[in-house]
Amino acid sequence: MNPLSSTGETPAAAVAELVHDTRREGLIDQFRSALGDKLVDTHLKPGDDLWLRVRTDAWRETGHAARDLGFDYFGFLSAIDWMPSPYGKGEDDPTEPPPERSTEVKQGYAGGATRFQVFARLHSIATGVGITLKVDVPEPLELESWVPVYAGANWHERETWEMYGITFTGHPDLRHIYLPGDFEGFPLRKDFPLLARMVKPWPGIVDVEPIPAEFDTDGEAEAAPATDEASAT
Amino acid sequence: MSTVVDRQQLAYIAAQAADARLNVELETEGMTLNIGPQHPATHGTLRIVARLDGEQVVWAEPSAGYMHRGYEKLTEVRTFPQVTTLVNRIDWLGSFANEVPFILAAEKLMEIEAPPRAQWIRTVLFELSRIANVTLFLGDMAVQLGAITPVFYAFRDREHVLNQIEAATGGRFHPNFDRIGGLKEDLPKGWVDETKAVMRKMRNFCDEMETLIVGNEIFAARTRGIGVIPRDVAMQYGLSGANARASGIDWDLRRDQTLPMAWDKIEWKVWTHPDGDSYARYWVRLQEVREATKMVDQLLDGIPSGAIMAKVPRIIKVPEGEAWVSTENPLGEMGYYVVSKGDTGPFRVKIRSASFNNISIASWVLRGTYVPDVITILASLYFILGDIDR
Repeated sequence: MNPLSSTGETPAAAVAELVHDTRREGLIDQFRSALGDKLVDTHLKPGDDLWLRVRTDAWRETGHAARDLGFDYFGFLSAIDWMPSPYGKGEDDPTEPPPERSTEVKQGYAGGATRFQVFARLHSIATGVGITLKVDVPEPLELESWVPVYAGANWHERETWEMYGITFTGHPDLRHIYLPGDFEGFPLRKDFPLLARMVKPWPGIVDVEPIPAEFDTDGEAEAAPATDEASAT
Repeated sequence: MSTVVDRQQLAYIAAQAADARLNVELETEGMTLNIGPQHPATHGTLRIVARLDGEQVVWAEPSAGYMHRGYEKLTEVRTFPQVTTLVNRIDWLGSFANEVPFILAAEKLMEIEAPPRAQWIRTVLFELSRIANVTLFLGDMAVQLGAITPVFYAFRDREHVLNQIEAATGGRFHPNFDRIGGLKEDLPKGWVDETKAVMRKMRNFCDEMETLIVGNEIFAARTRGIGVIPRDVAMQYGLSGANARASGIDWDLRRDQTLPMAWDKIEWKVWTHPDGDSYARYWVRLQEVREATKMVDQLLDGIPSGAIMAKVPRIIKVPEGEAWVSTENPLGEMGYYVVSKGDTGPFRVKIRSASFNNISIASWVLRGTYVPDVITILASLYFILGDIDR
């Protein structure tokens, strides 16, 4: 039994593994027949969710294919920078030399090969199934715009462009949406420092810093006794 | 896209043709009108740049970003429990509802579920947030159209709901009450009966608004057929919540997905309206508030006994993975795409807020309308600035 399970029943994930998710598996087949080898990788959590990764040059084609397959509702579009932040959580002591941090790029579900990935969420109102589409964005960080497919992608692509520096070719109006027009840098990239943290230590650090050794169990122990002792000390 | 453009162009050409004769007589130069950043109709600091031809808007573009707080960046330097403090402030009128999808996403990654009692109380507070939020809209939309009184009624009655939220959570606007694995506290003594009394008051408020506003001729004249959003356009722009349902899209995330919440255990109805105009958006929201009061009544009767907190480690580390959870918030679909790398804090959180999509349609829907209708349409789309700018 999963020690984290609250009810003592079989954990939801174990049950889901037994369920054969024919609906989402059927979706993978439909996308494969629509896109062929342009569908690079998939990740299925049965009974829960589906991730699909497509080739960079097939991004707009994927949008059209998804719409034809009934994904008529545009949820959102954004990007992920998979490189871990070289600044950690911005809690380094400024008087010490910064610690060595791994900046190894490791992608999430459905894999990938580039540091930046664009992902979008689509939903089919009729069937009630949603999917997450992902695409690698290699240098020089250019991707086809989805505005001709889903008009609502307009603002999302503007946001992604200013936050990550990914250019969407064919976008009608790629302007800043949040930041001032002369802003330099791409704030949501992991190597963009959070300056507020650099100039002033984060007061919330007291919540997480002094972990008594007996409680620092990497999330394995049951919580009930730990909280009691903690409140007593 | 083609249908959208065609429809847009046809509407525009038709409006142009109708005004052609007038334009010949009164030749006007184009004019650019800045609405905001502090116009009362913008619920905060949104600016609308509208290019006018006489009284008609030929081009309009909302300009957001005056309140951008960079929450997506901030979440990356906080722990999972600390994030609820941030997300409280996205849609500040229905704050508790913002916490729920984030907590559910974290719970999904950790493969835990809150105990039934916590799930029911979450659902009660979620619906109370909806009532508090949308009540203000019901009064505010009227004030945009020139009727001052309803907004005072709305503030008066919303206060009762906020009092109940405060009594349960300790915070009127920023409860910060939801925890991974359950809730911070149990309900106080006597709260259930008090809340039921408040729900009766809120139903009276809805009746009052129905007779005062919905039945009002001037209101109907100002809103009927104004700002019509057809179904297919609404879907493309990702309109959600009451805005989508007012365009005839029968879609409600409370009903149409399985979440560890109590919505599927009570009887209720999803309200839709086929017209897609400003009137429909007001009407749907009014029905939703009334429906929500009935839902709260049923939920209060059914709250199971038991723990309010699952067993979670003291130091919460969320296993590696990605999860998307969205819920039907007062403003529409609010969701979080949470990426965890097995650390105490998230690696990336994409906040999908309802108003961002809901207001991105503004430049489409405002084209060809007249200046007074701009205010009507913006008010009826109902956005909260914090929900656009995040």
